[in-house]
Amino acid sequence: MPDFLLEIGCEEIPARMIDAASQELRERVAALLNRERLSSSGNLSSFDTPRRLAVLAPGIAAAQDDVTEQVTGPSATVAYKDGQPTPAAHAFAKKAGVDVSQLATISTTRGEYLAAKITKKGRSAAEILAEELPKEIASLYWPKSMYWRQPSERFIRPVRWLVAMLDEDVIRLEFGGIRAEKTSRGHRSLSNGAVTIARAGTGYVDALRHAKVLGRDERDQQIRKALDAATRTIRGARWREDKALLDKVVNLTEFPSVVLGNFDPDYLVLPEEVLVTVMRDHQSYFAVEQASGKLLPHFLTALNTDDDPQGLIRHGNERVLRARFNDARFFWQTDQKISLLERLELLRHVTFQKDLGSYYEKTQRVQRLCSWLSELLKQSGMAVRPGVIHKAACLAKADLTTELVKEFTELQGIVGGLYARVQELDPSLPKATRLAIADAIYDHYKPESTDDEVPRSVEGAVLSIADKADTIAGMFALGLVPSGSKDPFALRRQANGIVKVIAEKRLPFRLTKLMQDTRAGYQGSEAEKKFIAPRSFEDSIRTFFYERLEFYLRDVRGYALDVVKAVLAADADDAVDAIGRAAAVKEVMMPEFQVIGAACKRIRNILKQARENGFEPAGKFEYLPGAAEEEKTLMAYLERTSPRVEVHRNQKQYLDALLLLSTARELIDNFFDKVMVMVDDEQVRANRLALLQTLLKEFSTIADFSEIVIEGKNPSKTDS
Amino acid sequence: MTHTSKNSPTFQELILRLQAFWAERGCVLQQPYDVEAGAGTMAPETFLRVLGPQPYKVAYVQPSRRPADGRYGENPNRLFKHMQLQVILKPPPENVQELYLESLSAIGIDLRQHDIKFEEDNWESPTLGAWGIGWQVMLDGLEITQFTYFQQCGGVDLNPISAELTYGLERIAAFLQDVDSIFEIVWARDPEKSGEVKYGDVRLADELQFSVYNFEAADVEKTWRHFELYEAECRSLLERYAALKKDRASGHGIAREKARFPLLGAYDLCLKCSHLFNILDARGAISVTERVSVIARVRALAVGIAKAWVDQQKSESSPVSDKSDEDEPAREKKPKAKKEKLSTVRL
Repeated sequence: MPDFLLEIGCEEIPARMIDAASQELRERVAALLNRERLSSSGNLSSFDTPRRLAVLAPGIAAAQDDVTEQVTGPSATVAYKDGQPTPAAHAFAKKAGVDVSQLATISTTRGEYLAAKITKKGRSAAEILAEELPKEIASLYWPKSMYWRQPSERFIRPVRWLVAMLDEDVIRLEFGGIRAEKTSRGHRSLSNGAVTIARAGTGYVDALRHAKVLGRDERDQQIRKALDAATRTIRGARWREDKALLDKVVNLTEFPSVVLGNFDPDYLVLPEEVLVTVMRDHQSYFAVEQASGKLLPHFLTALNTDDDPQGLIRHGNERVLRARFNDARFFWQTDQKISLLERLELLRHVTFQKDLGSYYEKTQRVQRLCSWLSELLKQSGMAVRPGVIHKAACLAKADLTTELVKEFTELQGIVGGLYARVQELDPSLPKATRLAIADAIYDHYKPESTDDEVPRSVEGAVLSIADKADTIAGMFALGLVPSGSKDPFALRRQANGIVKVIAEKRLPFRLTKLMQDTRAGYQGSEAEKKFIAPRSFEDSIRTFFYERLEFYLRDVRGYALDVVKAVLAADADDAVDAIGRAAAVKEVMMPEFQVIGAACKRIRNILKQARENGFEPAGKFEYLPGAAEEEKTLMAYLERTSPRVEVHRNQKQYLDALLLLSTARELIDNFFDKVMVMVDDEQVRANRLALLQTLLKEFSTIADFSEIVIEGKNPSKTDS
Repeated sequence: MTHTSKNSPTFQELILRLQAFWAERGCVLQQPYDVEAGAGTMAPETFLRVLGPQPYKVAYVQPSRRPADGRYGENPNRLFKHMQLQVILKPPPENVQELYLESLSAIGIDLRQHDIKFEEDNWESPTLGAWGIGWQVMLDGLEITQFTYFQQCGGVDLNPISAELTYGLERIAAFLQDVDSIFEIVWARDPEKSGEVKYGDVRLADELQFSVYNFEAADVEKTWRHFELYEAECRSLLERYAALKKDRASGHGIAREKARFPLLGAYDLCLKCSHLFNILDARGAISVTERVSVIARVRALAVGIAKAWVDQQKSESSPVSDKSDEDEPAREKKPKAKKEKLSTVRL
C-alpha cells in the first residue's frame, strides 16, 4: 500500500485562485483513485503555496485487483452440433482468451448460452496515474489561463516542475513538457532551491518546511501570531481583523513574517475610508486601531521572508505608503475646490452607457424614480423623508468627477458621502437632514455583494434601488441581458442588491412593476428609439428577477429548493411577501401538504383536460340537486373556510392560513374517491369543475404544493 | 537604516547595469524608438517582433510619453514622460523568473534583505489588440516591474509567446537612492569633480513645458487634423498591401513587392495617431463617447498592420508566395473595451 504524492510546481499562482484550485485538484485525484479502484478512502490531503499545488494520499493500492467477469457468447444451439463445438464456439473461446474446454453453458431467460470467465489483470497504480494525472492537471478550472509552450497546453502560469511519487518511486508522467522527478523547490530566497523528496508521505511536508515552505494553515497561524506580536508593541492597539486580506496575504507567501510600519499622524486627518483603502486594497496592509476602532498611524505588512533585521523592508514600505497618502491628500484637497453641486454639471460629459446617455441624464431619471418610490412608501404608511432622497439622488453621482474617485474607484459613493458631509451642502437645512443626505449618498452602492450590508436608512435604500433599477432597466431595454458567464455590467449583482434591500428593509415594491416604472423613466429619450418591445422587456425582466429572488431565498435565506419553487410559483414579484410565505411553508412541511400537492396536480390535469375538450367550468359552484355527499361536504368546507383563510392571508398570517387549509386533506381524498368529475351531464360537470377551480385557487395563492417534496412515502390514494 | 545612497547606482548606472546584464544573456541592445510612444510595448521591437515564429531577444530603454499624466513637474511621483527598460525574450526561457531576479541582484538589490512578491496583474491594451498574463513585481511594497507573458498582439495569437519585462526605471532608482522625489534622483556623478546631476536638472524643463503644451497650448483642431492625416495615410498603405495580396495576375512579382512594402512606415503612422490621441485626451478634447470609437480606430490600424506583418514575414520565409492569398487569416479576438489611455503598460 504505497503512499502517493503529486506536486505541481508552478510560477506564482494568483492568490485569489489558490484555495479553489487546490480543493479541485484534491477532489479530482480522489475521484480518479476511486474510479480506478486504487483507493476509496477519500483520505487525501492538500498542500498548497503560491508556487505549488500538491495532493497526498496515504496507502493506496499498488495495483488494481484482478477482475473476473463472465461474458456471454453465442446460444448453445449454435455453439454445439452433435455435442461438438462449432466454429462459433471456437471463435468465442478465442475472443475470450480461453480454451474451448473451459467454456460453460448457462441458462438465461432467452435459453441456454455459452459463457466464459475472463480474468482482467489489474493495472499498476504507477501506470494508471502516469496516464491519467496529466489529464486531470489539464482539466483544472482557472478563471483565466495561459499557454507558454504551445497553445494546446494551458495552465494558470507556466509549470516548472513536477513531483509524482509512489513511496520512493517516481511516477513517469509528463505535463507541459515537464517530467515528474523527485525534486521539488524550496523558498525563493530563504532556501538553496532544490529539495529532494526521498519518499511520498508526510516526509514531503517536513522536507519543504526545512526549505522554508509552509502549508496554508501554518502560514495562516504564523501570520496571525506575528500580527499579534507586532501589535503588542503599541499600547492599547489591535490589528483590524480582515478575513479577505488575511486570505490574500496567506496566499502571497510561502514563509511569512510581519513588519510593523508607521506613518505620519498628520495623515489621520484624511477620512479613515481613504486611508484604509490605500492600505488594504492597494498595499495589502492591515490597519492598526485603538480599542475604540479609531485608526492609529501604523500599518502591518506580511512579508514573504522571515525577517527584516536592518529595517530595510519596513523603510521601503513606509516610503511607498507616504507617497500614496500624499497623493490621496492632494486629491482630497483639490477636490474641495469644486463642490458636489457644481460637479453635477460636469456629469453631462461623463458617459453612463453609450446608448443610455450621460450620468447627468441618469441622475435626472433616478431623481424622478426616487420621487415616485417615496410616494409609494408614504402611501403604504412608511416614514420617509422625500426631501432627503431627492437631494441625495441629485448628488449621488457627482463624485465620479473627483480626482479621489478616479484614483480609488472602489470608493465611489463613499467619497460622495464624505464630501457631502464636509461641504455643508445647504446651510438652510437642519444638520440632521444634511447628514441623512450624506449617509444616503455614502450607502447607495450597497449592498455590493450578498454578504454586504444594505443601506442604513430607508432613504439610502430607495436611492440604492433606484440607481440599480435604472441601470438594469436601461440595459434590458437595449437587449443587453446577461447570459451565462457574460454579465459585463454586473446586472445580476445589482439585481441581487435590489432584492436584498427590498427584503431586508421590507419595502412594498413589486419587482416587475418597479422595472416597468423604471423603464418608463426613459420615455422620450434618444435611447428609447433603440429599445426592444415592452412585452419582451417584461418577459426577460420577469425571468431575470425570478432567478434573483430564487437565489436570495435559497442562498441567502437558506430555504430548500422545493419550498422556494412552490412559493415563487404562486407569486415571484413581491420579495417581502415571498419570504413570509416561504417561512410559513417551511413550518408546515407535513404529509398533509404532500397529499394536497398531489391533489392540486390532479386538479390541474383535470382542468386542463376539460379545457382541451372545450368544457367550461361554471362561473361559481352551487348545490345542485342530487349532488354527492362528498361534493357537498367539500363545498360547505370551502364556504366556511375560505373567508377565514382570506382574513389570514390579507394579514399575511400565512402559517395560520395554511394550517386551516391543511384540514381539507381528508375531504379532498374522499371527494376524489367517490366523485367523478368528467361526467356526461354538462351542468354537473361544469359545477364540479368550478368547485375544483376554486379549490385550486385557494391552495395555490400561498404556494404551489405540487412542488413540495417530503421525505418518505408517496401516498397512493391521490395518484392519478 | 543604512540605505547608503553613495553606493547605490545613479540613474544612468542603473540603465547601464541592466543593459549589461541582458546583453550578457544574449539580448540585442536596441536604442529607444524615435517616434513618440506611450510604452516600451509600442516600439516595433516589441509590437512587431513578438509576431511570427522567429526567436528574438532584445532590451532597450523606451522614453514613454503619457501626456495626461504630466503634472508640470510639481508632483514628486508623476511624470509626463518616464523611462521604461523593456526586455523581450521570445520564446521565454524556462528560468525567466530566476533571470529576472538575478537582474535585480545586478543592480544592487540583495534579495535576502528584501521582500519580493509576484502579484497577479494581467496586462491588456485595447488599442494594440494585445494582452498577456502576468504579475506586477512588488519590492518592499513598491511595484518595480510589469512581468507579462504575451498571449496575443495585434489581434494575432502568438506562437511562440514572448516574455516581456518592463522595469520602471525612475521608481527603481528612487528606491535604490532612497529619495522621495523622482526629481531628486541622481542621474550622473562626475568622478573628477564629484558633482552630481539630478533627474530634475535633466528633465524638469521637459515636464513643465510639455505639460503646458499638452494641457494648454496644443491646438485642438490642428491636432485632430494631424491625427486624421496620419490615419488616412496609414489606412491607404494597408489598403495597398491588401490589394497586392489579391493581385494574382502579377504572379511571382508579388513576393518581391510584398517584401519591400513599407509596413514599418505604416506602423510609425499608427504610433503617431496613438500619440496624437493622447494629446487630444489630455487636452480634454475627446468626449467619453468619442473616446471608445477613436481607440477603436487606432486599434483597427494596429491590428491591420500586425496581420499584414505576419503575412509579409511568411512570404519572406517561403519564396513560393503565390498561395499567400489563401493563407488563413489570423484569428482576431475582440479585446474588451476598457477605459484607458492609449498607452497602457502600467508602471
